[in-house]
Formats: sequence, structure tokens, C-alpha cells
Amino acid sequence: MTTTTLSAPAAPGRTTPLRGPAAARARRKRVLHWIAVHSVAIAVALLFVLPFVFVFLTSVMSDAQAMSGELWPDSWHWSNYKTVFDTPGFLDWWRNSLLYAGLGTLFTVCSAIPVAYALAKFRFRGRRTAMMLVISTMMLPPQVIVIPMYLVWAQQLHLSGTLWPLIIPMAFGDAYSIFLLRQFLLTIPKEYIESAKVDGCGEFRTLVKIVVPMAKPGIAAIALFQFFYCWNDYFGPQIYAAQNPGAWTLSYGLESFKSAHSVNWNLTMAATLLVMAPVIVVFFFAQKAFVEGVTLTGVKG
Amino acid sequence: MPRSLTLAGPAARRRLRTLGFLSPWLIGFGVFFAYPLIATVYFSFMHYNQIKEPTFVGLRNWEYVFDQMPLFGPALWNTLWLVVIMVALRVVFGLSLGLLITKIKTGVGFFRTAFYIPYLAPPVAATVAFVFLLNPGTGPVNELLGAIGISGPNWFNDPDTAKPSLVLLSLWGIGDLMVIFMAALLDVPKEQYEAAELDGAGAWAKFRYVTWPSITPIVMFAVVTGVVQTMQYYTQALVAGKVASGVNIGPGSVIQPGYPEHSTLTVPQLVYSMGFQNFNTGAACVLSLVLFAIAMAVTSLLMRKRSGLLSAED
Repeated sequence: MTTTTLSAPAAPGRTTPLRGPAAARARRKRVLHWIAVHSVAIAVALLFVLPFVFVFLTSVMSDAQAMSGELWPDSWHWSNYKTVFDTPGFLDWWRNSLLYAGLGTLFTVCSAIPVAYALAKFRFRGRRTAMMLVISTMMLPPQVIVIPMYLVWAQQLHLSGTLWPLIIPMAFGDAYSIFLLRQFLLTIPKEYIESAKVDGCGEFRTLVKIVVPMAKPGIAAIALFQFFYCWNDYFGPQIYAAQNPGAWTLSYGLESFKSAHSVNWNLTMAATLLVMAPVIVVFFFAQKAFVEGVTLTGVKG
Repeated sequence: MPRSLTLAGPAARRRLRTLGFLSPWLIGFGVFFAYPLIATVYFSFMHYNQIKEPTFVGLRNWEYVFDQMPLFGPALWNTLWLVVIMVALRVVFGLSLGLLITKIKTGVGFFRTAFYIPYLAPPVAATVAFVFLLNPGTGPVNELLGAIGISGPNWFNDPDTAKPSLVLLSLWGIGDLMVIFMAALLDVPKEQYEAAELDGAGAWAKFRYVTWPSITPIVMFAVVTGVVQTMQYYTQALVAGKVASGVNIGPGSVIQPGYPEHSTLTVPQLVYSMGFQNFNTGAACVLSLVLFAIAMAVTSLLMRKRSGLLSAED
């Protein structure tokens, strides 16, 4: 060690005396570091991806092989997917999921925008209290209020057996979406809004013409989150739609699908992938908005 | 001051305008939050089977839940177990993955996507998939373990490993936390690391004295929201129990929840089975209020400045 450092200056001259061996050491350290980091990353990535691979491989196995515990399909039975689609009700579940998620998202976005805007940009007494109430609602487990709500929807409004008790409330502001969008709107500089007002825009016009176009990424994020929330919801449809299979969603129907095909893991896995697929496809088209939204949830103080 | 007189008009209009913009939420808050919350308190003192008129029974529902309800103890224990273990492991794992991602030089996009995608899997689908992957008879995981000479556990079919299996499922879906931590880690000023390096700080010292102080608000946020989410833990536990039990139950049928041996029974599941299967509205509302009390206690922590949910200007 000492000899190398001592002999080093002789070769390259005095400007950068430690260049050769020190740089080589640093490079070796960097390479080892690179290998270590990437080996761990590859191992973890494998653990994250393998479940999807096994689910997929099982979904194309024959009935008999799916019961065997073998990992690779002997022959590829794409018809399993057709069998799933032909299951009575499966297409209705798709339609219901789209209805719930589509309308739910639309209602949520339309109602959250004005509220988030007021909470972000208006100065008024009680603003802090309003924010605290929004956060409290956001943190409230849905099970806390479900019983009185159910009694109202079922006994007074006779809407149990449909998804409307889940969709209608979304027209009245979802706390989580309001909170997220408000955090986003805080980042829009006041000057834009003020200059719009100088140009004679009222609050509503300012919101529609200036704020909404600028807040597109934030709006996209809450729309995606709400879509996924509705698509994934199990508790809601279980409460309101359980007694009417015609109103089931994919997330709710999947579990009963498993019950009906209890031994056929291949069909269940095909159905499972079909429930996952739309969300993952949407993700690939809207990756940026999504990651932005997730980051928005962890706002710094 | 005469000015205030002329401003009275605009001020009132401004207030009206604020109310107008807030109205969707104000209505929603009253109808879908305040009313049902008050009604839940009301029903917690009533005997009500959803057919006959409710009758006042004083504290009897409360006594029943805390003293006699056989499943309350296990459900509360399981929920608290999950709150402590699941949240702690998720935060540690999420932070580790966030750190790993920030160290990756090649293919960041690929790794980030790979780590993130499982988070998107709908909970029901992810749970069904995991029950299959981990099924003791023919599941791929035990097949692989068997191939290297380990006889795998019974996972979702053993009361001792059912909750840990749920934890595995939740660690698979760590993507949201990973992204939040990744963003926080990338926000730590580079100069601070350089300064620490000049002082001869090693990797651990850099983490302890540079990284950690600047990410504590996010860790705090992750812990509190994790606790609130886990308090509501319902779908995965219920579906795992139902699917792993392998009984051809069919939807709507009444089974003892929390297979195996109540090990996956959580408080929210108990609310459901009391309110919608046993039609014991009073007891279900008492359980709801227990959940509410814990959730609010945790939320009040979140309101503290350190967590950064409410910024200083609020």
C-alpha cells in the first residue's frame, strides 16, 4: 500500500499526484457498489414480479394441471379466459365496475375542484377548522358510519341492491380528493389568479379558465385515485349490492367466482388477472400523473 | 370608519361566494358524516334489530361488547397486532426500498415500475392471488421451498402464520410508500451529504445525521396514515379468510369470520358481521365508536405540526 502511493508521483507528474491508484481504487469501489446495489435490486424486483408470473402461468394451465402444483404449463389453454368471460354475470360485473368507477370519478372531480380551490386560495374565518374537518373525514374508517347510512339508503330511499348509495355521495366532495387537490392548488402562484381578476374575471371564471387548466396534473391524480378506489372497493358493494348479483362489481364478484370454482385455480387466476389488468393498463398510460399524485400525499411541512 | 360601511357589501358577497364554493362539501359533511356519526351514537344506546322500532337500553350494548362479546377480544387483538407489526414493517421496508431506488444508477425506471406495480393490484385480486401462491398443498411458494428442502408453513391456513401472511401481502403492495420516501430522499440537499463526507462521515452517520432529520416528517406521516389505514383493515383479511377456508360459502352466507380460528378477524369485520349478519345494530354501533375513538386519537397526532399535514399558513 505504502509503496504504491510513494511510487505514484513519479509517473504522472506533480499536478495530480494520487491520480492513478486512487482513481483505480475509487473506480473499483464504485463498480463493487454498483454490483451490490443492482444485485439487491434485481432480487427484490424478482420477488415483486414473480407473483404475477405464477398467477399468469397458472391461468393458462389445464384444469388437471392447475391442481398439481407444477409451475410451468404443459399446454397453453387460452380458452380459460373465454370460459371466464362466458361465466354468467362476469360481463355485468365489468359494466357495473365501469359505471361505479366512471360516474364516481366524474362526480368526485366536479365537486372537489371548487371546494379545494376555496380552501387553497380564499381567506376566510374558519378555514383552518374546515381543513381539520376535511382531514378528520379523510381519516374516518368507513365502517364507523356505515350502519346509519345503510339504514337511510335501504329503508328510507329503497336503493339497496344498487350502486347508487356509493355513487351519489361522491357528488358531495370526497375528503381525500379535496385534500390532495388543495395541496396541489397551493403551489399555483397567486399572481396568475390576481391577474385574471384584474382582467375582469369573476371567481368562477377564474377557476374555470385559469386554475383548472393549470391544475390538470393534480386533477388527473385525484381522478386516477378515485377511479382506482371505486374499482378496488369491496366493502361498499358488499354493503349495498350483495343481495343483488346484477349490481355486483368485479372486485366483489371475484371472491364469489372463487367460491363457485373452488378447485379450478386456473379459472380463478384468469379472472384475477382480468380484474388486475385494467388498473395496470391505466397506470401505464398515466404513470406520470400517478406518481405525482402519490408524492402529493406525502407533503412536507 | 366610513370605509367599513362601503365594504360591508363586498364582504357579505365574499362570504356568500366562499359558502357557494364550499357547498358540495358542506352538504356532504352534514349528510354523510355528521348525521351518521350522531346516529351511530344514538343507536349505540338502542336495541334495534332493523325490523322492530328501536328501544332504549342504556349502556347494555356497551357492557355486552366489552364484557360478553366473545369475538371482541380476538378482533381487537388482531387489529392492534396488525397496526403495530404491519405498519412498522411497511415503513421500514418502504424506506429501505426508497433508499435502494435512489442508489440505483442503471434502469431506475424499470426497477421503480417493478416495485410499484403490485401496489396497483386490486386488494381482492391480490389477496386471491396470494392465497393461491401460498396455499399449502400445491402453491408455487411451497413448491419452490420444497425444491430446496424446506417444508413451507401453512400460511393462510394456520392461525400462527395467517397474520404474517397478510403482512407479506401488504409488503408486496409497498409501492405507495416507496414513492413517497423516494421523493423525500431526493429532496435532501446534496450539499449536506458532501459536507458530511468532508467531515469523514460513513454511510450510517450520513443516514443518521443528514437523511433521517430531513425525512422524519414523512416517516411520521407514513406511520400515522399507516395506522389509520390498518385500523380499517378489512378486505384483505376477510377475503383471505374466506378463500383460504375453501368452504363453498357463496356470497351473503353467514360463516364464522376470521378463518383460521379468528386469527384474521379484525374490528371492522366484526362491525359488518354484527350489523349486517346478526342485525345487532346497537353492538355494531358500539364497535364503530371504538374504531372512531382510536382513529380520531391518531388523527389528532397528525394535526400536530411535525407531521406536516397542515402547513404553517393554515
